[in-house]
Amino acid sequence: MQIIKSDINIDFIGKHNIGFILSAILILISAGSLLINNGPNYGIDFVGGTLIQVKFSQDVPVGKIRTGLATIGFNDASVQHFGHKEDYEFLIRTSKSQMSSSGLSQSISDAVKTSTGITPEIRRVEMVGPQVGKDLRGKALLAIFYSLLFITIYISGRFELKWMLSGVTAGSLMTAVYFLSVFNVSMAILIAAALVITLGLFWFLRLKYAMGAIVALLHDILITVGIFSILDLDFSLPIIAALLTIIGYSLNDTIIVFDRIRENIKGSKTKDSLPSLFNKSINETLSRTILTSVTTLVVLFSLFFLGGEIIHNFAFAMIIGVLVGTYSSIFVATPIVLAANKR
Amino acid sequence: MKSFTFRTLLITGVIIAAIVWLLPTFFNCWPHKKINLGLDLQGGMHLMLEVQNIKAVEAEVERTIQEIKKELRKQGIKHLGISRLKDNSILVKLQKGENKSKFETILSKDFENLITKRPETNAGIITFHLALPVKEMDTLKKMATAQALETIRNRIDEFGVSEPDIRIQGDDRILIQLPGIKDPKRAKDLIGKTAQLTFQLVDDDADVDAAINGTPPVGDEILYQNRYNQGSDTPVKIPFLIKKRVLLDGSLLTNARVEFDQFQQPQVGIEFNRKGARIFDRITGENIHKRLAIVLDESVYSAPTIQDRIAGGKAVITGNFTLNEAKDLAIALRAGSLPAPVEIIEERTVGPTLGADSVRMGLMSMLIGGLLVILFMAVYYKGAGIIADLALIINIILIGGGLAAFQATLTLPGIAGIILTIGMAVDANVIIFERIREELRSGKTALASVHSGFDRATLTILDANVTTLIAALVLFQFGTGPIKGFAVTLCLGIIASLFTALILSKNIFDFILRNRQSSKLSI
Repeated sequence: MQIIKSDINIDFIGKHNIGFILSAILILISAGSLLINNGPNYGIDFVGGTLIQVKFSQDVPVGKIRTGLATIGFNDASVQHFGHKEDYEFLIRTSKSQMSSSGLSQSISDAVKTSTGITPEIRRVEMVGPQVGKDLRGKALLAIFYSLLFITIYISGRFELKWMLSGVTAGSLMTAVYFLSVFNVSMAILIAAALVITLGLFWFLRLKYAMGAIVALLHDILITVGIFSILDLDFSLPIIAALLTIIGYSLNDTIIVFDRIRENIKGSKTKDSLPSLFNKSINETLSRTILTSVTTLVVLFSLFFLGGEIIHNFAFAMIIGVLVGTYSSIFVATPIVLAANKR
Repeated sequence: MKSFTFRTLLITGVIIAAIVWLLPTFFNCWPHKKINLGLDLQGGMHLMLEVQNIKAVEAEVERTIQEIKKELRKQGIKHLGISRLKDNSILVKLQKGENKSKFETILSKDFENLITKRPETNAGIITFHLALPVKEMDTLKKMATAQALETIRNRIDEFGVSEPDIRIQGDDRILIQLPGIKDPKRAKDLIGKTAQLTFQLVDDDADVDAAINGTPPVGDEILYQNRYNQGSDTPVKIPFLIKKRVLLDGSLLTNARVEFDQFQQPQVGIEFNRKGARIFDRITGENIHKRLAIVLDESVYSAPTIQDRIAGGKAVITGNFTLNEAKDLAIALRAGSLPAPVEIIEERTVGPTLGADSVRMGLMSMLIGGLLVILFMAVYYKGAGIIADLALIINIILIGGGLAAFQATLTLPGIAGIILTIGMAVDANVIIFERIREELRSGKTALASVHSGFDRATLTILDANVTTLIAALVLFQFGTGPIKGFAVTLCLGIIASLFTALILSKNIFDFILRNRQSSKLSI
C-alpha cells in the first residue's frame, strides 16, 4: 500500500513563499499573544500556588464551591470542572501557598463541605512555594538552553563535519552566556541572547544546515508556546518535557530531509540546480515524513482522548509540536538552508 | 554465517533477559524486582522541606552570648549590654578602662573561635564586634540539615510507612516521598513538628496584661496556651508571662508514651534520663508553689503549680489531644526535636484512587494507540509491517525489562513516554522500508535491496535518534519526579528502538530471505 506515490513531485521549494508567509503569521500571532499576556500562562509549578482536585459523589454547583472558598479568604481561587462532567470532579486553584505544616487542603475541604453539604474526596494536592516555583522555572529554562546547545553542537558537527567549528561555536556561546550571567540578567534574556549569538555565529561561519535546523526548532517551540498562550492553557512542568521532546522530534524530521539533501548533492552527476535537488530530496523523503507523523499522531490522539485529564495538556502540546515540526522541516528548515547556500 | 549466529544469540539473550526482569512485575518470582510505580501512579505524598537552619546558627550565637555573660559575671566585669545583631554577630559593650584587656583575655582564652574586629571606642564605651567564622556557620547549618533528616527519618519509621524515600537536596532542603500514605495531614503534622519541649517558670510577679500592652519585663516572654472550652472547636488563646530561661529541655528524655488520665483523656507521659531526673528534682525542689510551664514549640501546654519536689524524672504533658495527636507527639518526642524549624515548600499528594485511574487510563491509551499503529503497519507494509510490529512488541518488552532492571520509576508521564515511543519507534522501520522500496524500484533483487536499504538507512536512523536522545538526557538531568520518569522511558525507548530496528528487524529479514530463497518481498 502507498499513500504517497513514489513518483510524487510537488514543488515545495518553489512555493516556499507561501510557507514563509504562513509561518510569519503564526509567529506574529504567537509572539503577540505572549507579549499581551506577559508570557505563557504559568501554572503553579512555575509561579507557586496550590491546586486541589476534588471529587464529589453528586453534582455540585460551581458557585457553591466558590462561596465556600470565599469564606476562608480564597476570593482569587478558580474552580473548574475537570474531566467528564458526570465525574463531578473539580480543580481548585489558588495563588496562595500556605507555608505552615497545617493543611491548606484540609481547610479548603472543610470550607467546601460547609457550603455544599457534601464531603469531597481530595484526589490530588499540589502545593508549590514561590521559591520552589522560581527554582523550577530556572531549571526548565536551563534544560531548554542546554538541549539547544548540545543539539547545535551535534548538528553543526555532524552535518558540516566541522567539529572544530562547532566546538568554537559552543565555546563562544558558553563564554557569552557566562559573561551575561555575571551581570545577573534574567534567565529568559540570557537564553534569547544565547540564541541570537548562535544564529549570528552560524551565519558568519556559514554553518547553513545547523542554522536551518535551529531556526525551525525555534519556530516550532514559539508556535507551540504561543498556541498554549492563545488558548490560555496551563504552562506546567510536563509541557517543558513536551517542548524538549518536540525539539527532538522536529529535528529528527529535519535531519532525515537534510541527510537526503547531502546524499543527493554528493551523488548528483548531472548539473541539477540546487533548488531542484532540494525539492527532489523533500519529495523522496515525503512518504516517510508523513508516515511517521501519522503513527506518532495516532498514539498521541489515543493519549489525548483516553489518557485522562492529567496528561491532556501534555498530549495536546505534543500534537501541536508534531504537526508544526513536520511542517517546519519541509517549509522552514530546508528553504533556509537553500537561502544560505545562495549567499 | 558466523556473525549471523552471533547476532541471533545476542538478540535472544537480550529478549530473554528483558522478559526475566519483567516477569516479577506480574508474577511473584525471581529476581523479585518489580517496576517501581511513581507516587502519581500508586498514590502518595511528595514533600519538599526547607530547614530554617539559620535558626540553628541563631541558637548557637545565643548560647555563646550566655557563655560570655557567665564568664563576665565570674570575672566580675560589668557589661553595658551584649546583643545579637541581625547578621548573627555579637555586639559587646563595655565601660572604658581596664575592662578592655580583661575581656580580651577572656576572648583569647575561652572564645578563640570567634572573629574579633578591632574594638571601637566612643564616648567612654568600648564596643567589641564578635562573629562566628563563616565556615563554622556553614558547618552548623549543614549539621542542622543532616540532623533534621535523621530525626524525620526516625519519626517516619515509627509512624510506619513502607519504603519511604528521604534525602537531602541542596544545602537546606529535604525531599520526602511517602508512597501509599493514608492520612497525609497527620503525616505532615508529624514531620513538620519541631517538638522543642522546654520547662520554663511562669513569672507570677509581673502582670500579663500590662506586658501584652507594653513590653514584657527583661528576661520574660509572652507565650500562649490554646484552651478548648467545652463544645467549641475554636481554641481560646490564653497568654502566659514566661521566664525565658530554660530549666530543662526535651534532649534529656529517654521515653515518651501515650497514657490516659482518669477521664480517659489521652496524655503523653515522659521520662527523663538520670541527668534529666536530677535536674527535674532540683528545679521542682527550688520552686515549690511556683508555676512550671511545659512549653512545646512556643506554646504553653500546661502550667501546673509545683506542690512538692518531684523525684524520679517523670512528667505528663496534657492538652486537648486526640488519641492520634497524642501518639504522634510521643513519636516526635522520642525521635527528638528538630534542630531548626522546617517549612513545607512543596507538596504533591495523589490519592490512591486517582493513581489507579491514571494507571488504567494510561494503559488503555497505550493499548489502543499500540493496536492502531500495529494495524496500520500491517496494512501498509504487509509482511514487512508484521516484522515491524514484532519489533514494536519486543521494543515494549525491552522498555519494561529496562525499567525493572535499572529499578527506575514508572510515572504517568513515563507511560506517556512509552506511548510516544510506540509512535516513534516504527519510524526507524519506516525509514528502512521506504529505502528498501526505493531500492526495489531501482530494479535490485530483494536481498540486495534489503541490504542496501539497511546500510543506507542506518546512519540516518542513528542521526535522527541521537537528537531525541540528547533532549531526553537533558530532561533527565534537569527534571524532577514524574518528568524524570518520562525522560527514562524515552531514553529506554530510543535505545530499544535502535536495537529492534537495526539488529532485530534486519536479522528477521535475513532469516526469511535466506530460507525462502524467494525473490519476492512482501513490503
